[in-house]
Amino acid sequence: MSRKKQISKFRYNIYAILSVVVFLILWQLIVSLGYGGIIPSPVVVFRTFLIKMTDSRPDGSTLPTNILVSLQVACTGLFLAIAIGVPLGWLMGWYKGIDRFVRPIFEFIRPIPPISWIPLTIIWFGIGLGAKSMIVFFASFVPCLINAYTGIKETNKTMINVARTFGASNFKVFTSVAIPSAMPLTFTGIRIALNSAWSTLVAAELLAANAGVGYMINMGRSFGRVDIILVGMVSIGIMGYIFSYVFKKIESVVVKWRTV
Amino acid sequence: MSENKIQVKNLTHAFGDLLVLDDISFNIKNEEFVCVVGPTGCGKTTFLNLLTRLIIPTSGEILIDGIPADPKIHNISFAFQEPSAFPWLTVEENIAYGMKIKKESKDVIKKRTDEVLNLLGLQKFRKQYPHQLSVSSEQRIVIGRSFAMHPDLLLMDEPYGQMDIKMRFYLEDEVIRLWKNFKSTVIFITHNIEEAIYLADKVIILTNKPAKIKEELEINIPRPRDIASKEFIEYRKYVTDQIKWW
Repeated sequence: MSRKKQISKFRYNIYAILSVVVFLILWQLIVSLGYGGIIPSPVVVFRTFLIKMTDSRPDGSTLPTNILVSLQVACTGLFLAIAIGVPLGWLMGWYKGIDRFVRPIFEFIRPIPPISWIPLTIIWFGIGLGAKSMIVFFASFVPCLINAYTGIKETNKTMINVARTFGASNFKVFTSVAIPSAMPLTFTGIRIALNSAWSTLVAAELLAANAGVGYMINMGRSFGRVDIILVGMVSIGIMGYIFSYVFKKIESVVVKWRTV
Repeated sequence: MSENKIQVKNLTHAFGDLLVLDDISFNIKNEEFVCVVGPTGCGKTTFLNLLTRLIIPTSGEILIDGIPADPKIHNISFAFQEPSAFPWLTVEENIAYGMKIKKESKDVIKKRTDEVLNLLGLQKFRKQYPHQLSVSSEQRIVIGRSFAMHPDLLLMDEPYGQMDIKMRFYLEDEVIRLWKNFKSTVIFITHNIEEAIYLADKVIILTNKPAKIKEELEINIPRPRDIASKEFIEYRKYVTDQIKWW
């Protein structure tokens, strides 16, 4: 990296940090001046955050436990959705028969909001890991599949013909041309899935859980502890940020040809 | 050399009621460079697609070494008009792609890839991706990839259609260099008469749709050819008169 680039990168990092600092100062000011209403100051939220690291009151679990429970649900649902949705989308995009077979069921499931699965899954699986993972799965499965499918469909015809004239079998064209060319859109799908996974997870935990960040937020409301609610929200924000960062890194390795 | 590598017999193709190719027959000798010229929209591209079996002809047959052409048996490669380098493969992986499909040994792939990269002068860029190069270099990768397979038949569909004149001259010399080095049999489609006469051992002139063969013309000018020489200009004038699509 050239020196000039380094300096400009440093400068943009400063801007980013500055925006967080300004936000926190404004928040503190508003609360200190008495305009905050029930909202606690960032200092109070931070103190609660530290206490919650080891203290299980009022919801019954410490913050790390809650985060771990939520992460477990999110990861289970999301990875299942990726592991099933992406290959299925690719296959549907390439093989007409599979498309015809799966499509009616898929088109029927697609418009059902993921949250509306909550009552059914509670009756089905209770309020444990299974039920919530299932809801997260439904929410993230759809964008994974659709984007993987579209990626295959948008494969450049000329490139398919190149492989065909070289004598490649249909399966070889699928694996060596269609899938690599579908990769960027597939990752877009996974990123969208990531967002819907988090939003449905919290919704599921608000309704049916005995631990988890969403549950903690809900308990914070029951006990009138706004600081607990805020700690939960901030934790979700940070986790979401880490998740998308990790996936971006994976993406830049897998679709290296696009980023260099 | 005198043996016929490619035999096209009574090739006819219609899209529904639209007759595109009408009873085309010709032979191509081994290691011969043939250019096909004809008016725009006369069915040149259909003709190529028939040769690669991307489309199955209405009637007639195409034999390579006496066997009906089949990309699974024969080594056919096709340089398309549109950019067709795989963006997710590096330059060297692109060149190796066809050979991998044909399951050549690692040593052969390595040797020929190096050979092509040397002829193209792209050794420095072997680990780069196509989009990091210029459009003309991308097309050169595609052409290198086609030659690297040691094809029985190499088809090119106006590969230099979008290049400026300077680049075109340069690339035409390059294609001759590759052709001599790899001793391939080439069918090169173009609507540029000068390009055809510069490159070809034999020019096949097609008529307007439905395309028939108007004439097969041997170009007996020693290489390297000079586009300003008297014979060259005579050939060019003659072919132009034969086509007269304006």
